[in-house]
Amino acid sequence: MENLQTIREQALAALNAVQDEASLEQWKVAQLGRNAALTQAMKSLGQLSAEERPLAGKQANEVKLALEAAFEEKRAALEGARLRASLSSEKLDVTLPGRPLPLGRLHPITQTLRRINAIFAQMGFQVYRSRDVETDEYNFLLLNFPPNHPAREMQDSFYVEGGDPENPTLLRTHTSAGQIHAMREYAAKDPGNPPPIRIVLPGMCYRFEQVSSRSEVQFTQVEGLAVGENITFGDLKGTLTDFAQRFFNANVRTRFRASHFPFTEPSAEMDVECFVCSGAGCSVCKHSGWLEILGSGMVHPNVLRNGGYDPDTYSGFAFGMGPERLTMLRYRIEDIRYFWRNDMRFLEQF
Amino acid sequence: MKTPLSWLKDFVDLEGIDLEQLAHTLTVAGLEVEEIHYIGLPMPAGLQQTKVSGLSWDPDKLVVAEIREVGPHPNADRLVLCRLFDGQQEHTVLTGAPNLFEYRGQGELKPPLKVAYAKEGAEIYDGHQEGMHKTVLKRTKIRGVDSYSMVCSEKELGISEEHEGILFLPADTKAGTPLADVLGDAVLTIAITPNIARDANIYGVAREIAALTGRALKPMPTEVQATGPKIDGAVKLDIKDSELNPRFVLGLIRNVEIKPSPAWVQQRLRLAGMRPINNIVDATNYAMLELGEPLHAFDYDVLVQRAGGKPPTIITRPAKPGETLTTLDDVERKLDDFTVLVCDTAGSLSIGGIMGGLESEVTEATRNVLLEGASWNFINVRKTLVAQRMSSEAAYRFSRGVHPAMAPRGVSRGLELMRQWAGGVVDAGLVDEYPRPAAVVEVEISPADAQRWLGVALTNEQMTSILASLGFEVASKGDGLSVTVPDHRLDIETGVVGKADLMEEIARIYGYDNIPATRIGDPLPPQHGNPELELEERVKDALARMGIQEVMTYRLTTPEEEARRLPPGTAPDDKPYVKLANVISQERTVLRKSLLASVLEIAERNARLRQRIALFEIGPVFHASEETLPDELSRLVVVLGGQQQPAGWQAADSAAYDFYAAKGVLAELLAGLGLHDLKYEPGTHPSFHPGKCARVLAGERQLAVFGELHPQVQGQYDLGAHTLQAITLNLEVLSELAPERFDSRPVPQYPPVIEDLALVVDESLPAGQVEAMIAQTGGNLLAGVSLFDVFRGDKIGAGKKSLAYQLTYQHPERTLTDDEVAKLRERIVRRVTQELGAKLRA
Ligand SMILES: [Zn+2]
Repeated sequence: MENLQTIREQALAALNAVQDEASLEQWKVAQLGRNAALTQAMKSLGQLSAEERPLAGKQANEVKLALEAAFEEKRAALEGARLRASLSSEKLDVTLPGRPLPLGRLHPITQTLRRINAIFAQMGFQVYRSRDVETDEYNFLLLNFPPNHPAREMQDSFYVEGGDPENPTLLRTHTSAGQIHAMREYAAKDPGNPPPIRIVLPGMCYRFEQVSSRSEVQFTQVEGLAVGENITFGDLKGTLTDFAQRFFNANVRTRFRASHFPFTEPSAEMDVECFVCSGAGCSVCKHSGWLEILGSGMVHPNVLRNGGYDPDTYSGFAFGMGPERLTMLRYRIEDIRYFWRNDMRFLEQF
Repeated sequence: MKTPLSWLKDFVDLEGIDLEQLAHTLTVAGLEVEEIHYIGLPMPAGLQQTKVSGLSWDPDKLVVAEIREVGPHPNADRLVLCRLFDGQQEHTVLTGAPNLFEYRGQGELKPPLKVAYAKEGAEIYDGHQEGMHKTVLKRTKIRGVDSYSMVCSEKELGISEEHEGILFLPADTKAGTPLADVLGDAVLTIAITPNIARDANIYGVAREIAALTGRALKPMPTEVQATGPKIDGAVKLDIKDSELNPRFVLGLIRNVEIKPSPAWVQQRLRLAGMRPINNIVDATNYAMLELGEPLHAFDYDVLVQRAGGKPPTIITRPAKPGETLTTLDDVERKLDDFTVLVCDTAGSLSIGGIMGGLESEVTEATRNVLLEGASWNFINVRKTLVAQRMSSEAAYRFSRGVHPAMAPRGVSRGLELMRQWAGGVVDAGLVDEYPRPAAVVEVEISPADAQRWLGVALTNEQMTSILASLGFEVASKGDGLSVTVPDHRLDIETGVVGKADLMEEIARIYGYDNIPATRIGDPLPPQHGNPELELEERVKDALARMGIQEVMTYRLTTPEEEARRLPPGTAPDDKPYVKLANVISQERTVLRKSLLASVLEIAERNARLRQRIALFEIGPVFHASEETLPDELSRLVVVLGGQQQPAGWQAADSAAYDFYAAKGVLAELLAGLGLHDLKYEPGTHPSFHPGKCARVLAGERQLAVFGELHPQVQGQYDLGAHTLQAITLNLEVLSELAPERFDSRPVPQYPPVIEDLALVVDESLPAGQVEAMIAQTGGNLLAGVSLFDVFRGDKIGAGKKSLAYQLTYQHPERTLTDDEVAKLRERIVRRVTQELGAKLRA
């Protein structure tokens, strides 16, 4: 049995000298393999007497377990060392750029239109769209712009060839043209008792204007219209202030100035406190602290009547805003022509 | 409109009112102050809600001084030296002002000359530089004499552009007084919207200020000292069309002396933006600016002469066919049948309300002046202005409406100013024809109206006080008020419109700020969606998720620009363009017919900037129609080209967009919208390569056409190395086809059996046919067929191709046995072999 003890000591000494996994495998074959001294010793147990055999067998087994455990320990140690070595050598330059992926974006005006529509949708305003090409009647006359009226000077139109000289065809100058379509459509549902209306009318509009960094021949607009039996100028102020606080920020202040639009009375321009400088004055607000945002007013009685709503019973408010202007203010865009030029260097920023 | 502060003070006391605050008050009440131009008054520091310009005069550095003696300059003939007292001490001041030379060498001046004196460090305008540039007065030596201060011209002070000599101040001004206290003024530029045409004059603005600030408004100045004979018989009037000329008023002043107006009058006119001419013309302009009634002065003696020495008769009438008139601006004008002329028995004198004729104008020789104030139909004036391409200060006002009641007031004011500035005697009374008196407008309102329109509880007393401050006559009637509109305004109508008109006036003066903001209490209307818009938004989101950028383009273009989307020589289609009748740019003459052309233009713009082009747009195209209005048809266009993946520094997937990439985009889009069972077949479209074009059919309806751009089309755009694929899709068809909902499929609980199947078929056999037959034969148990390889080569022989499919067999309720799968497979192979001539690839 001294033999077993010697086998054990020699094997452990040999294991101690092992430095890499290949040598470890060789050690395993030499010490625990078929031709190993221990294996030979265990085979020779049969030659022992019946009395000696159990004790010798037990001792041999202990040696085997000990060597196996030592092997496992060594293997884990070598593996750990290898992992540590490889971890310390595999080092990436984390400052190299990531692999680009194609990101599709929506046009900034679509994004702004969605924001506007979503805010008003939550206040019960639904989207109503109407055509780009209109008649004078819907674009002007029914909106209380009589022929030759001074208010028409503010909106130079593109006219379409052909058409009725008495009622020329033109490209709409504002989405307000859709107001009459919408009111008549709603009123037709129950002419004696027309239902209330709450809609926004987004769309492309056109003005006969020279293109510059501040003005375009086409521009989008979002018109809004609320009609009911109990809608007041106070509601106009409240609704549009709620909108401004959602669109800009929750604390933004609004200011309403008297103005003039033929299709509303009273009319008001809404300004919001400059969100860049919080009203302290900066170049965006031209040092006034306020930004002009939209035009609005109570729907003119003639317009209500033209839409099929009796102005003695119904009242309403309307407003109109320019998504390009809102987008330009929000992102401090200097040139309105960027929008329809669609240079990727512009579009990819949004 | 330019409104000098000093002029406003003639009618309303502005003492103690901050100018910035006043501008804000006016702006909020609808008289938008676009700019305050300061002439010496202190400018506000810091935040300015209104745009400001001009100059403030430092009260210590710009003061009144007296020149006590003017002496020669020792070294320069064209300069003088002034002994000047600034209220504290004497200075020697050097100047070249020619209007001081006459005092040179006169010794002590009695009385001394009062002048504007700028000390060292004062900010003034540079008198020697063209235009208005500010400068700070610095100490210097001129021709050996120390100079640290100066006496100022109007230009140097910013009063006008006058720099011929220095400005003299009234003799009673006291040396040492800050100049701003004597001459300081400011001009408010007010935007006059059509509804406040009544305020396009000083008195109108003063009335608004009085109402807004609660201060008293002084009476309208219409008194005239008329000590001459009665005017009756001096002139007759004959109005031919009272619709176009409802009122005509004439006054007469005799023995005037034509000369320049007093300096302060010229000053006010300049500040208001008009050029002084002489005292008579200035009086007409001054009265117009002050009260809003344009006036016209005739040389009375010329009219008498034209009438053969008898009293003239003034006739107003529409022009006759072919009639012409040479107006004051020396243009011979061909007149329309709606042009209203002021004539006498010898012929036409002026275009009513717009511009005088040359012959009867006031000249240096004029002694007796016949002064016209009239009322004209404003719509007709507008028509005339457009037809004649004319403008004038008079026409500006008449074309926005002037109440007929203003005519005699304006004439009286004009005559009185002429009497004061030109001497002479005014004939007593006026010749006044008023065949069509303006209606007196009455409107009834009550607190209920204010509640309904404005959402504010206002008492009758509150409304009365507001309306009275604007000149309305208010009487109580029933529960409310009966309101009579004053005869200086035309913008208030009767009935319910009149109520709205008055609510606006009440709200403006009550203050928009004081109306509480509320949320709508009215019932919410029935809610329903907008399916077309919602579908568009889904399409946009899906395409953006596939890495495609949305663009929004001009809907106005030219036929030539759009022709680039077709190969040269393509026969035009039969759909006419919607053409603009008035064109602002040769690049925008028609509404687009092709959305593809719009997006290709953008692809071209970006082709040299990006290795990857992936763009889409949703928008209308326009086709002229038999109806009045054109068809507006909703389309989607996708344009793809270059690398499918953007390039990075790593070895990237550099596959380019090809036909099948475009087909993949379209197929994924449509699948995502729940559209299945679509048929793809070869298509023909002139913009596409004839062999690389497909159309997508849903039943018999064509939904989309896509493919590779025709090489000749490609060649008409500057696209760099990119070969473009494009998809055009009809959104109207899509919105009819896209299902609102679909049934989902359960996820199988049992494992599928997956096998590959490679078939060799003739090259000419469309792969779609093979796949369709496999799917049909496999039936319910074949859950999926997907092509994963197409191979051509020697191994399978010429004219053949190998199609390798992965087949997924799946039973919903159990695991399929090998035997079942083998039988199914055998059935599929047998059928494609027999019916399509396919061979199983070894
Ligand atoms: Zn700001």
